[in-house]
Amino acid sequence: MIISRNRGIKRRRFLSGTAATGLGVLAAPAILRAGTQELTVATYGGFFQDSFDEHIFPDFVEQTGIDVNSVSAPTGEAWLTQLRQAARAGEAPADVSMMAQAPRLRGEQEELWAQLDRSAVPNADNLPDHFVHGYDEDRFYGAGAVSWYITLVTNTEVYPDAPTSWNALWDPENEDRLGLLALASNSFLLEITAKTHFGGDDDILESEEGILEVMETLAELRDNVRLWYRDEGQFQQALESGEIPMGQYYHDVTGLAAADGQPVRSTFPDEGAVLDSGSWVVTRASERLDEAQVFIDYMSQPEIQAKLARYVGTAPTVDRELTDLTNDEFAAVASDDEPILPRYELYVERDDWVSQQWSERVTGG
Amino acid sequence: MSSNSLHATPGWLALLPAAVLAVLFLVPFGIMVGVSFAHRAPGGFFEPGFDLTSYARVFTPFVGRVIVTSVTLSAAAATICVALAFPFVVFLTQLGRAAQTVILVFLLAVLSLSEVIIGFSISTLLSQTAGIGNLLVWLGVIDAPQAYTPSLFALLVGLCYLGFPYTVLVLYPPVARIDPELPEAARVMGASPVRIFFTVLLPMLRKPLIGALILVFVFTLGAFLLPQVLGRPVHWTLSVHITDQAIFQSNMPFAAAMAVILLLVSLAMIGVTLLLGGRERGAR
Repeated sequence: MIISRNRGIKRRRFLSGTAATGLGVLAAPAILRAGTQELTVATYGGFFQDSFDEHIFPDFVEQTGIDVNSVSAPTGEAWLTQLRQAARAGEAPADVSMMAQAPRLRGEQEELWAQLDRSAVPNADNLPDHFVHGYDEDRFYGAGAVSWYITLVTNTEVYPDAPTSWNALWDPENEDRLGLLALASNSFLLEITAKTHFGGDDDILESEEGILEVMETLAELRDNVRLWYRDEGQFQQALESGEIPMGQYYHDVTGLAAADGQPVRSTFPDEGAVLDSGSWVVTRASERLDEAQVFIDYMSQPEIQAKLARYVGTAPTVDRELTDLTNDEFAAVASDDEPILPRYELYVERDDWVSQQWSERVTGG
Repeated sequence: MSSNSLHATPGWLALLPAAVLAVLFLVPFGIMVGVSFAHRAPGGFFEPGFDLTSYARVFTPFVGRVIVTSVTLSAAAATICVALAFPFVVFLTQLGRAAQTVILVFLLAVLSLSEVIIGFSISTLLSQTAGIGNLLVWLGVIDAPQAYTPSLFALLVGLCYLGFPYTVLVLYPPVARIDPELPEAARVMGASPVRIFFTVLLPMLRKPLIGALILVFVFTLGAFLLPQVLGRPVHWTLSVHITDQAIFQSNMPFAAAMAVILLLVSLAMIGVTLLLGGRERGAR
């Protein structure tokens, strides 16, 4: 169906200017046979899955002898629902899944994720604490997979000069010109508004009164919004044609579109871009925990994170210093500036309240 | 329905569709009603139980406004479809056999297009960069191309495109069966074509017309993609909000409660339409 979190949909290109490291193009069937063990891995469909199939899984199969059955998963919440229903029936549609942070936290609350042996994943040491997930200190269950930035994007023909601040979204000049993500929990516009309009401090989102205040400011840009999109393809096409020349979008896909000759650009605003991420988790119905641990460990290596940056266009989850990414390569996928970090717990703890206020005060009316 | 003399078809054959209907419609519907009363676990999924919280959320001014929007949009789409399709079908039945077949096959082919294709095509057609605005500029009608989407107009175009073939298919058989002697008799007696249309054809076809209205109304009530693609947030129907809750918020109880209310509202609307339309049936 159209409402899928297909990161990047139609494009599967190398990021331009990649220093090919000999890891280039390998034939990648959906099931890669090497040994007797097999692991089913779910990533977002489309571009993500294609890139993993092509650049990541073949080497993994070769090095570990574990076959990878690569499947595509829909948007995080929908996939969570499917995994949860399947787990009740004792089934695992995939062993390892890449999960967005809000559904990961929901799964954590229900203990949907299998507990893993932290000592079997030594490379998780490379990851910062917020990418090492556990029910508590001793009960490890997952690790950061990839990060990506949501930035301010513009059509270069309509906007010869790049905007510098998220404030452009509120500029009356931009009436009926913006495309924004339709939901509080995937647009992170509350965090952006708090950072831009409330003194660079998002503590205001701690309380319900504060959230309402932020929503009020956010609602002021409503007249500028032409499209509240749920489907990425819908906005990307409109951005490329100049029909909707400004908005928020994914840095990786915008970069690929620009490299492809489209008149689009992605800008890291002064206030920072939103740094979102996905993590590897294993459903508790999986019987392949050992293989899953090998996989998560493999993916947490700095070399693999660098490879993801080069071929998938995602930002590394490990510290930049650990990777061999050049300045240009790093700048193509990330920024050293302080990012806006989504407050995922807001969409888990106050989920229904936020979504209701959001539909009534921000998009609705 | 069937009289005793019609026993060529064994009655038990009806059990098969009945069973399919029970398994594929009533059971999921029962589950949905059950889920609508389930207890929503904060930050999680839901637990079985009897909880009216989801219904309490349905009965808020906001959801009320969304229901009014949904019903108004679908009623408008149904009215426009029937208003366009009825004269079209009358015209169609007056054409030769071959022309009728070609047009009907074309309309059937339109049915194979998904809501997605229709939505994106119309949004391109009405866009500023590639749409009909450019044609109008070329013709010198307007000065600069403008976008006609998202708007109420664009959304109604989409909904009517979706509903029109069904309306024609519902109206075609009864219109084709009308005895040509009746309008002819009226003409002989001096009635104008317009008068024949309104005083002869329209009253004779009251029931199929009401049927077509109901079909398009119910059909467009379920559209959840066109309002997102072609409408502004004020045009987002209850189906859009149900999708948001079910897919993005994982709030199955609230989504189910809204779906139950949507069903009740549409049943009520159908009831009212049948009551109003059936009033003069005895006078036939």
